[in-house]
Amino acid sequence: MKKINTPLLKKEIEKLKAGEKVLLSGVIYTARDSAHKRLAQAIARGRAFPFDLKGQIIYYCGPTPRPKGRIIGSCGPTTSSRMDAFTPALLKAGIIGMIGKGRRSAAVVEAIKKYRGVYFLAYAGCGALISKYVKKMELTAYKELGPEAVYRLEVCDLPLIVGIDTTGRSLYD
Amino acid sequence: MSRVISAAMIREAVAKLSISANLILRKDILLALKRAYIKEPNRRAREILCAIINNAHLARKEGLAICQDTGLVSVFVQLGQGARIAGSLNEAINKGVESGYRRGYLRNSIVRDPLLRGRPGYQPAVIHIEMIKGNRVILTVMPKGFGCENKTQLKMFNPTATMEEIKSFIVATVKEAGPDACPPYIIGVGLGGTADYSLLLAKKALIRDINKPNTVRQINALEKELLKEINRLNIGPMGLGGQSTALAVNIQSYPTHIAGLPVAVSISCHALRSATETL
Repeated sequence: MKKINTPLLKKEIEKLKAGEKVLLSGVIYTARDSAHKRLAQAIARGRAFPFDLKGQIIYYCGPTPRPKGRIIGSCGPTTSSRMDAFTPALLKAGIIGMIGKGRRSAAVVEAIKKYRGVYFLAYAGCGALISKYVKKMELTAYKELGPEAVYRLEVCDLPLIVGIDTTGRSLYD
Repeated sequence: MSRVISAAMIREAVAKLSISANLILRKDILLALKRAYIKEPNRRAREILCAIINNAHLARKEGLAICQDTGLVSVFVQLGQGARIAGSLNEAINKGVESGYRRGYLRNSIVRDPLLRGRPGYQPAVIHIEMIKGNRVILTVMPKGFGCENKTQLKMFNPTATMEEIKSFIVATVKEAGPDACPPYIIGVGLGGTADYSLLLAKKALIRDINKPNTVRQINALEKELLKEINRLNIGPMGLGGQSTALAVNIQSYPTHIAGLPVAVSISCHALRSATETL
């Protein structure tokens, strides 16, 4: 299976095809509903982001609290479509990848094409399994959001499926 | 003579049920997933089913939540008329949920106000109390994630609606949920009662063992027909195709008004979680 590392290089992203399975290693950031709302507000008000979005991958995930002696709790993907309204602005602001589950809106597909990004699917409803691929977890921003805070995760060989590639081809079409 | 059950007993039982429901996948669901894996011809669907089954084993072995969305908890209380609760039942349940969720490292996903939102906490649960004969208390804790809860639908049909119309509404609800709510699904259907009650029936239908046939013959046949139709949608695990779109359809019905026919559909993701204890 193809192995890819973050930061993802443009020429590597271009080679990814919808339906392809990959193993991802490196840094990803969690962000879901509330964090998206805040990032969108930062964009609208021209404020700085709490972390550098450029070239980053956002994982739609709100993990369970970390049990003692563990790196992370259960941490599967949440439904991506709830983030659709914010995604084009985030792609414009510099993110290049997203990990989640389920379909995306036509506007998101267009934005992925325009900014040459990629959307990955993680095994849905498999939070315990996915926790095994996380090697490090750090709080990055919005601590008060609890499970919706932004966490920096280091993952190793996280199994993913390319859901939408840079040409806008979607596995759900 | 009434039997006294302390609030502390209820609280501890709810705490334990909250943990076990979230960590140990129901036997009937695990069995149905394994059957689906054996039957599924689509290669990618089989791979995903295999990951789902591994996830359940791992969650149980390592004491991790099956899914990070540990849901909003519904607690169904069947309260024997001969039982008397010493203390506040509601408080005991809510504190039990919070205690279980903290002890089990389960997620705090509940905001105080639907509009103002705010910092997420662990409670309250949604509590349903039903009086039964005897002096026992039967507690069922059902955490349900909102990926699938968001796909719930209700339709108030005319009493003259055809079976085909009703079936196509149920199938269309599943089609609309598509890949988003973590298929393979378990479909709970509530027929009859009032609008609100049919929704409750749909959710309660999910508690029933999915491998046990419905005791009402016509309803049993309807469940089978619906399951067959739903599994022809080719949604499959993660919505990437395959015949395993739903593991079961469970229907619960109730008398209704001459002017109506409420039909409610409650979709559960493959991690259908519930645990029951009798005190």
